[in-house]
Formats: sequence, structure tokens, C-alpha cells
Amino acid sequence: MKISKVGLILWTMLVLLAVPGLAWAAEPTIDTGDTTFIMLCSALVMIMTPGLALFYGGMVRKKNVLSTIMQSFIIICLVSVQWVLFGYSLAFGPDINHIVGSLSWAGLSGVGQVPSDTYGTTVPHYVFMVFQLMFAIITAAIISGSVAERMRFPAFLLFALLWTTFVYDPLAHWVWGADGWLLNLGALDFAGGTVVHISSGVSGLVAALVLGKRKGFGSEPMAPHQLPFTVLGAALLWFGWFGFNAGSALAANGLAASAFVVTNTAAAAAGLSWIFAEWLHHGKPTMLGAASGAVAGLVGITPAAGFVTPLSAIVIGLVAGVVCYLGVSVVKQKLGYDDSLDAFGVHGIGGTWGAIATGIFCTTTVNPLGKDGLLYGNAAQVGTQAIGVLATVAFAATATFIILKVVGLVTKLRATAEEEELGLDITIHGEDAYPDIVGGSILGGKYSTTSDMQAMLSGSLKTN
Amino acid sequence: MKKVECILRPGKLEEVKDALSRFGVKGMTVYQVMGCGLQGGRKEVYRGTELTINLLPKIKMEIVVADKDADEIVAIITKTAKTGQIGDGKIFISPVENVVRIRTGESAESAI
Repeated sequence: MKISKVGLILWTMLVLLAVPGLAWAAEPTIDTGDTTFIMLCSALVMIMTPGLALFYGGMVRKKNVLSTIMQSFIIICLVSVQWVLFGYSLAFGPDINHIVGSLSWAGLSGVGQVPSDTYGTTVPHYVFMVFQLMFAIITAAIISGSVAERMRFPAFLLFALLWTTFVYDPLAHWVWGADGWLLNLGALDFAGGTVVHISSGVSGLVAALVLGKRKGFGSEPMAPHQLPFTVLGAALLWFGWFGFNAGSALAANGLAASAFVVTNTAAAAAGLSWIFAEWLHHGKPTMLGAASGAVAGLVGITPAAGFVTPLSAIVIGLVAGVVCYLGVSVVKQKLGYDDSLDAFGVHGIGGTWGAIATGIFCTTTVNPLGKDGLLYGNAAQVGTQAIGVLATVAFAATATFIILKVVGLVTKLRATAEEEELGLDITIHGEDAYPDIVGGSILGGKYSTTSDMQAMLSGSLKTN
Repeated sequence: MKKVECILRPGKLEEVKDALSRFGVKGMTVYQVMGCGLQGGRKEVYRGTELTINLLPKIKMEIVVADKDADEIVAIITKTAKTGQIGDGKIFISPVENVVRIRTGESAESAI
């Protein structure tokens, strides 16, 4: 029993990390421990997206908090449906030219309670599918941080659908799909540093540039309106990240434990290094800095989580905190782009550092199916990692630009100056997060009468 | 009758309220306000972006008092709210034509 379990795990790792396309005739069997673990990990990764919504929601002005939270929340709904219909098949379906999966698993055809013979062979195929779904969800949601407070909801919805279909799904195939070209090249990405973080961060930057700056950017102060939300969001991200990274072992085993430990260690080190950097630079350690630093460390360790030791994780985290701090405080100000909530600064920059760091610190003593990196005598791994980064950046940036232009032909991308002035919560969603309250009702409000509704429908009473 | 409006440091509200209550002032209206004056502002930093905040939080207290009490009440507020540092606030005194108590219809000083 024990031997067959170890054998199955090894086989899974072989297929995922080193020898795609090698077809063994082993009969896949469900392991209850692995199945329980990955189902719980899927739920942990799911809660990261509402966590991200709070993380972002606290950082915007109060007139935009609901529209910002909505952009993450609705992605959960949108991508969940897309994934079942065709997204999973594009990402993980049978390979077409090492670029994308075929549509033969569309509608989850052939995906069911029996394990896949390629992916996560000790858990039901459904479980592997839903675990991967949660990654697709949070990736699209991260982009919303770059366009917050100005992108119109209909445009964002359409953008997110097209982006997940034409950018995320192929990228996931390159890196994790059996016979994907980056996997074949030997680029290491344990839990999604390139697929999730570099792709969303870079796409966010392109979207911020295409949309332009928020009205009043640089002249009006745009301070976060509710930092306790942001801290709670960061804490939920950290919590969920254990599922994200440890779960990426796809089994309840020692490698998962190793990933769990390095994840926590890197987040902690980066929280410290960010606040010390800003303490030296601006004189005060901030709560926003500690929360941002922890997230930067989590991003940095993501691709490395299954390949590095806890001591390496400290270095990866310390550097991630400082590099991301400099990215959002110095580089962004010098270049003057308006990446509202620093999706690029934290995920793009932190993800790039993580991918390179993986090539420096990876060792086969942690994961025999990984590689040795620069510090273990294999400098070439850094080059392989760099190819993965450059390919992701080039593809994500180009495709995002094209998708935004296409969406712009269908619907206006950004809110009007008046809508921005009043806030997107009222103008696009027709609701107010913090109504002025006297005795529990909205000050000056009343139930709409039939004539109000008629006026609204006829367009004479303007609401949007 | 006089209306006494004073701008106070938020931390001085309770002391001033107690001192006035000991004198016999029964009613007041208190607002949280933002304002600027000689005090200047302060710096806040979010992810390395510095903001200068020059509107600072203050408390505004309004009371309406009988003419004969006005000077003494202003003296009490001045003494209680003072720290000697810039930012202690200001007191504005203006005449009030009439006051009406809604419940009874009483007017003038008996309505205060």
C-alpha cells in the first residue's frame, strides 16, 4: 500500500515536472488522503479571491469600494462557468502543437470522478480540474488592481472573459499542460509565478497604460479609505496561499509540507524587509507596508515553493519585499504610470524576481524531480527561467493590448469624467457602500414611485 | 443672547464639556470638522507616496447662552481648551435674535 502510494506520487511528479508524454500503463487509483487534501486546498485558493477583493477594496477611495470588490467577486462567477464550458479543456486538454489544449474536454467531457491518467493521478479528475479553476479565477482578478477606479464594468467583464480564454488558458498549458513548450524546455514554475503572477501583473500594466491615468492622478490625494479591510484581505491571501503552494504538490506528502513551510517563511521575511525599507526611506513603518510586503513575499516564493529550502525562502522573501517596495514607491513615481493598486508592482515585479530566484536557489535535495540551480552548480537554469519570464511577458503584454482594443470596439473602456468624479459605485452599480445614516435609513432617500421608475426608464431622470 | 461657536482640539472636548456642565450649560451641539489655520498639516505615506494633509480634524461646539453669561463662558472655554501650542482653536461670539423651544413654544432666554 505504502509503496504503491509513493510510486503513484513519483509518477505524478514525473509527468508534471520532467517527463511529459511518457505514457505508463499504471492504473490510476484514488488516494483518499490526497483527495481530501486537494479538495481543501481548492477551497483555500477560492477564498484568496474574496481576500484579494478586500485587499484592493480597502485601498481605493470610498466611492469606488463596491465596484472594486465587484471586479474580483464577479470573476469567481464568470471564470467558474468559462472553465467548465471550455477553459479547462483549452488549458489541460490534449496538446495541440505544445501551445494549447484541444477542445475535446469541453463541457468537462471525459472529466469525472475517475483520476486523469496525466494530471493528479491519485485524485478524481474533477478535483484536479476544480483546483486549477481557482488559479484561473484569482489570476484574472489580480488585473483589476491596475484598472481600479476607472474601468467600466461591462468592459471589464468582457475583457476578463477574453483574457482568461486567450491568455491564461494557453499560458497554463505552456507551463503545466502535458507537452506544453515551457514545460518541455525545463522551466520550473511550481505554483504559478509566471502563469499567475507575471501574466496578471504585466497585463495589468498594459491595461493601466491603455486606459490612462485616473482623473486627478498626481494632483488629488488618493489615499486608501479603509486599511483594516486591506490587512484582513492580505491575511486571507496568506491563509489561502497555503492551499495555492502546498496544494501544488498535488498530494498530501513531504513536498507539500516543504512548500507550506517555505511559503510562510518567505511571506514573513518580505513583510519585515518591506517595512524596514520604508522605515529607512520615509521614516515610518506602515501597516499597509507590512501587508503589501507579505503579499510580495508570497508572490516571490510561488514559483520556487516546491524547489527551495527554508533558508533560501528567507532570502527570496527579503529581496521580494525590498524590490517590490522600490517598484511601487520609486519606479512607479519616476515613470508616472497609474497602476492604481500596484498589480504590476507587486505581482509583475515580485513574480519576475520569484521566477529568477527559482533558477538561483532550486535544489534537487528538496525535490528530486526539480533541478539544481545557480547555487548548486547549474547556472543555466537561470537562463531557462529567464526564457519563461520573457515569453510570458511578451505574450501577455501583446495579447492584452489586442484584447483591450477589441473590447474597446464593442463598449467604452473607461468611465466618463463625471462618473469618476461621483464614483463608480453609484454611477455604474447604483449602490453606496457607506450611506449617511440617520435612524437606519439613507438620508434624503425614499422608495421610488411608479412615476419615478417611468421617468428613469424613459431616460428623463439620469442615473448613470 | 449670544451664540458661542468654538473650534477645539479633539482631545479637549471632554474637559470643555465637563467645565461647561459644572457652570450650568445644559445644551450644546458638537460636530466633527476639518479645518486649517496656523497649525499647517501633516505627512502621510502610502506605499512610498507622500501626501501632505493640511486639513486637520477638529471639534466644533456650538452653544447659545444668555448675554450675562457669555463672557464667563468664553473665559471657561479659553482656560480649559488652552495648551499654549499652535492649533488650540478659536472662539466666535455672535448675537442671536431669538430661540424657540419646539416642544413648548417657549421663546427667548427661557428656551435656552
